[in-house]
Amino acid sequence: MSLTNLLAISLGAILTNNFIFSQFLGICPFLGVSKKTDTAIGMGLAVTFVMGLASAFTFFVNKLLVALGLEYMQTVAFILVIASLVQFVEMFMKKAMPTLYTALGVYLPLITTNCAVLGVALLNVQSNYNFIESVVYGITGGLGFLLAIFLFAAVRESLEFAETPKCFEGFPIALITAGLLALGFMGFSGMVVWQ
Amino acid sequence: MNFKKQLKEGLITQNPVLVQLLGMCSVLAISTSVSNGLGMGISVLIILTCSNVAISALKKFIPSEVRIACYIVVIAGFVTCVDLLLQAFLPSIAKSLGVFIPLIVVNCIILGRAEGFSSKNSVAASAVDGICQGIGYTLVLLVLCTFRELLGSGTLLGIQVMPASYTPALMVVLPVGGFLSLGLLIAVMQYFLNKSKEKNSKKEAEQA
Repeated sequence: MSLTNLLAISLGAILTNNFIFSQFLGICPFLGVSKKTDTAIGMGLAVTFVMGLASAFTFFVNKLLVALGLEYMQTVAFILVIASLVQFVEMFMKKAMPTLYTALGVYLPLITTNCAVLGVALLNVQSNYNFIESVVYGITGGLGFLLAIFLFAAVRESLEFAETPKCFEGFPIALITAGLLALGFMGFSGMVVWQ
Repeated sequence: MNFKKQLKEGLITQNPVLVQLLGMCSVLAISTSVSNGLGMGISVLIILTCSNVAISALKKFIPSEVRIACYIVVIAGFVTCVDLLLQAFLPSIAKSLGVFIPLIVVNCIILGRAEGFSSKNSVAASAVDGICQGIGYTLVLLVLCTFRELLGSGTLLGIQVMPASYTPALMVVLPVGGFLSLGLLIAVMQYFLNKSKEKNSKKEAEQA
């Protein structure tokens, strides 16, 4: 494990293999809470935080499952860990960091069913990342999500004043916007060459 | 219990993907080939029906404060079963669907139906609802898959369909194509829903 390796993982998670635009993980909150930029940033930060934590915890949970020979319980164990983690984070933040809690409050419970969080836990196991790599992948994956949702919300804010054909109003035009953003992110795939 | 009405809701008026906009991740990610779509659609259909039945049967015993966690555990159990079955009997599909099979746990369609339908209705009605919503999801997935596989690789179920002179539009199978084609599909759906709404309101106006 070297620093360049970690850099490659981070760049991959943020740009080339962006969770939203190339892996399609976390599309529901991406479409659901991207009407305003400030709420989008709140959601993005909350997801980054939980993804980092979840990567760390599920790493140990997976070690435990492997040691007990219970690998087939992976999905059930991971989702339980994530759900309880989100619950604890919510309670902890309410006491210790009330300002951050009020900023993120609404989005925290939503994160349990964000497939990016469970996705990152499963992908960490699949790619055989060690502890540091897992955490780095979790956090940078979250940052990639933050970047995507922020860009998307910024476009959608100005889209509100644009005239769209009636049948394209709402989600269709949002999906097309996301498609165009994905097209932009596709340009980063050229960077794989020097990884 | 009204089977016809529930089927119509599942397929058109309350279609999980096109109208309720649930379960987008899996729809966008795996709709690159028809065989993927069939595998995913049928898996979701089975899991949705089973979890609807189980949750509806258990609804008296689940305390409402922790109901979401209970639902997730029930769903995760069924997902694990389907995941292991796929790995054992259809390893090629399990491989191409990859991480998206375990991710059915957090597919909002299943949790949404558990919370919105089966926690309030009888076991039989929940089973029918699971089947109808599952069919609605599978059909949308198949339409999208057919479109993307036909244009993106010129094949259907792996068999060459388009004439050899056709250059596959690779863009359609890439993520970009997923967003664009689903956007177009929802736009078409909204167009027809609006039209039928207008027709209905005109009819009512004439009658009045």
